[in-house]
Amino acid sequence: MIRFILVQNRQGKSRLSKFYVPYDDDEKVRLKGEVHRLIAPRDQKYQSNFVEYRNYKVVYRRYAGLFFCVCVDANDNELAYLEAIHLFVEVLDAFFGNVCELDLVFNFYKVYAILDEVFLAGEIEETSKSAVLSRLDYLEKLD
Amino acid sequence: MSSFFQKQQQVAALDPRLGGLMASAGLYNLKALIKAIRSCKTLADERSLIQKESAAIRTAFKDEDPFSRHNNIAKLLYIHMLGYPAHFGQIECLKLVATPRFTDKRLGYLGIMLLLDENTEVLTLVTNGLKNDMNHSNMYVVGLALCTFANIASEEMSRDLCNEIEKLMGSSNTYIRRKAAICAMRIVRKVPDLLDHFSDRTKQLLSDKNHGVLLCAVTLAIEICKADEEALSEYRKAVPLLVRHLKALVTTGYSPEHDVSGITDPFLQVKILRLLRILGKDHPQASEAMNDILAQVATNTEASKNVGNAILYETVLTVLEIEAENGLRVMAINILGKFLGNRDNNIRYVALNTLNKVVAMDTNAVQRHRNIILDCLRDGDISIRRRALELSYALINESNVRVLTRELLSFLEVADNEFKLGMTTQICLAAEKFAPNKRWHIDTVLRVLKLAGNYVREEVLSAFVRLVAHTPELQAYTVQKLFSALHADFSQESLTLAAVWVIGEFGEVLLQGGNFEDEELVREVQAKDVVDLLSSVLDSPYVNEHIRQFVLTALAKLCTRFQNDPAQQARIEQLLTKFDQSIEVEIQQRAVEYVNLLRRKDIRDGVLESMPPPEIRQTVLGTVSESKPVGSTRSDKDSLLDLMGDEMPSGTNAQASPLNGGGAARVQQSTHDLLADIFGASDSLASSTPAGIQATPAASKAKSSVNDILGLFGDSGSSPAPSSTAAPVSNNSSSFGGLDLLGGDAVPPPPLVGAAAATASPSSAQPPSTTQAPGAKAHTAYEKNGLLITLTPTVNPARPDITNVTARFTATGSSEIRSINFQAAVPKSQKLQMQAISKPDVAPGSTETQAMRVMAPNGAQIRLRLRISYAIGEAVQAIQDQVDWSQPTA
Repeated sequence: MIRFILVQNRQGKSRLSKFYVPYDDDEKVRLKGEVHRLIAPRDQKYQSNFVEYRNYKVVYRRYAGLFFCVCVDANDNELAYLEAIHLFVEVLDAFFGNVCELDLVFNFYKVYAILDEVFLAGEIEETSKSAVLSRLDYLEKLD
Repeated sequence: MSSFFQKQQQVAALDPRLGGLMASAGLYNLKALIKAIRSCKTLADERSLIQKESAAIRTAFKDEDPFSRHNNIAKLLYIHMLGYPAHFGQIECLKLVATPRFTDKRLGYLGIMLLLDENTEVLTLVTNGLKNDMNHSNMYVVGLALCTFANIASEEMSRDLCNEIEKLMGSSNTYIRRKAAICAMRIVRKVPDLLDHFSDRTKQLLSDKNHGVLLCAVTLAIEICKADEEALSEYRKAVPLLVRHLKALVTTGYSPEHDVSGITDPFLQVKILRLLRILGKDHPQASEAMNDILAQVATNTEASKNVGNAILYETVLTVLEIEAENGLRVMAINILGKFLGNRDNNIRYVALNTLNKVVAMDTNAVQRHRNIILDCLRDGDISIRRRALELSYALINESNVRVLTRELLSFLEVADNEFKLGMTTQICLAAEKFAPNKRWHIDTVLRVLKLAGNYVREEVLSAFVRLVAHTPELQAYTVQKLFSALHADFSQESLTLAAVWVIGEFGEVLLQGGNFEDEELVREVQAKDVVDLLSSVLDSPYVNEHIRQFVLTALAKLCTRFQNDPAQQARIEQLLTKFDQSIEVEIQQRAVEYVNLLRRKDIRDGVLESMPPPEIRQTVLGTVSESKPVGSTRSDKDSLLDLMGDEMPSGTNAQASPLNGGGAARVQQSTHDLLADIFGASDSLASSTPAGIQATPAASKAKSSVNDILGLFGDSGSSPAPSSTAAPVSNNSSSFGGLDLLGGDAVPPPPLVGAAAATASPSSAQPPSTTQAPGAKAHTAYEKNGLLITLTPTVNPARPDITNVTARFTATGSSEIRSINFQAAVPKSQKLQMQAISKPDVAPGSTETQAMRVMAPNGAQIRLRLRISYAIGEAVQAIQDQVDWSQPTA
């Protein structure tokens, strides 16, 4: 299961953080810092997208200036989570139309809503892009 | 929601009065806040802005202004995301949730999910709101409530809302069903007792047509099966259903809705495979039912993209965990082998990681991919290198130890420093465990020390020293190698330490070793060269306190090793004196003590003798002396066996011969050097008397020393009697008997070991003589030049681990034997106490005694190395001699 999901930029500023297991606030700040320091210096080309972290694994992927990281159990399928990250990013991209960091900053509450449609309680919930998008479009109309 | 902000902004712009009012309560809206924060130049600016804003939001909360609540919560959540405190908004979120407007509810639930977790007390207040919303007519409101529940439900909340969730799992709406399934999973995680509520619904959902619902149902089933053994067997019935689902996914062509680069819903496939893994584990029947589909997935999935590999990887994991057919297993490992050749780092990483888990189960299948694994040692990615390294340690066995160690050694040259410590340890352990011979073992460790001498654990170093001490036949070789290695390089600390210690200990072997080839350069080592080398070690920039300590001790030892080179002895003393002012206390102390010790000519040789080979211990995992050539014939691990050199490979006899000469020469030198002789003699023992070797296994069969003695008694046909002449024996209950005054034929003198061989077999015990006393049997240990020594072992039944041995000295000839000096040594596993001889001069025909106590582990055979010096009659010249004696078995 996913323990937490972080989206950070290259400076380590969090653009999204979702914790599926309880951590207190200090711990959350520490986790964000540690994950950033772990991932930012890694080489994109010559290093794998998985890092062991505490007793878990961080599966991450960089899109332009943003790192999408999910922290999963050590025996989870890393490759599948890598694909799940990509699914999430594709949904974001389709929703915002060529998504950029600023979209996430100014619409952070929408990003959370999208996240909740794709992942729930640390598990993948819906894998059909179109299903998620039509749901989100309807929610937009409700606002 | 954004339109709401826009309206507010427009209102603020239209009405300056209102705008001013709002500005006083902070920034207008979320967008303005984000912009303001982004335009902050420094962190301090940002902090002060946020503090001001937080204060404004707090005041607004206090004023209970329902119109600004939405706006303020939105701002607060942004502030929270930046890592600033926002807990004061928790209650406001609850209020927002209670409003009927969807926008407010949505933001309120978002706030709850972000600001609260299952441990927050306020959470109990949310339960009721959630319950109401779960029964709401709008499916999106229900969806919000379910989403919130799934993310933060506590144990208490799970119990309270269990029924609602169960009901919603049966909803006609797929959106609700799948969210409810995940909520049920959360409940099962938090309160496994409640899983019965969902059992039936889950089974229904497992045949749902909607992929999303199916995915969530499988996730729920996995959780239930993990939590409950009973449910697990219940769900095994669903295997055919799951197999059908999987088959449909694999065989259907393009389905646009769930397609990920040509593969239909890989996420669902992965989840089903995972559930199959749990169901098939330790259950041959269920495994049987899924064999075919697993094979189908493994062959039909395209491996060119990450998605395909994710499925293949999950399939491999499943195959390896269930009771799969052999062919399928081989297929799985071959898939991993193919992964290793993939250009994608992720795939290689995953493959190595999995192989690491598999290697313990099925080493042979993994061995086939050894070459690719070794190639991965040179990968650009450090974590792949690390995995490959771990895997190659696991692959080492007897048959490939040479090849793999060679590879690892060549990798050690270029390895990252963080790997070196682990590598040196693992290589040395593997060498210890699987070394084909000692020469190879020593060579390997030497190479390790040369390549990464600064990254060697102390245990490894001491294991090496033990190895050298226990391998007398290779000491000359080792010390020469170390000498030239140290000559070439001072910078590797462990190499320096090992070399200094070995040179100090076996300095004379180095000198006697004569010429040796060092990088095609024949050199001859003189005492001067050795002292030169050590003194330059002291001057090198790499020296530290530890090395200095070793060097000082080595110098002191060398002083006694170079007996016939007074110039170097003087130089050593001078070198030592240099350190008597050292600011390092330990160094100063050693220097002062050694200088004074070296001046005491009477005792220094004894003190600075060669060390007895240290007891063999396990380094970390293996034993140093698990030597392959004779391993099978040995039933025990008595270190004396090693000491006796029984494991010397026959091919090294020629190498050992100069050493034997050295040993023999030393016997003739009049050193009071018992232990050194043990070393020296053990060489000749092993190389010259096969009898000595044969005696050992036979002798070691003894069950316990008590039995030995009882057997002895039976042998002599007499019962133990209390001793009347046991005055010198400390243990008064000991019984001993038979003096064997006459003895038999003299033991052949020059190969001293012959005596040991002879006495080791019971037949060599002499027939009872005239003065045979009832009780324990006496064994002739030595008979020469008119001196007969017999040993009588007795055991106190109360303390079977202690054997009292009485030595009797009888002058059988016509002349008096004077100044008898009788010394004995036991193997490390035993302990010896000796008392004084009753009288050092033995008149012709009379007998003197000397008592010894040997503490040996139960059942161990007593083995002694005896050293006797005495003078006959009026002769001034003392005779020195040495024999080995071991207690014969009954």
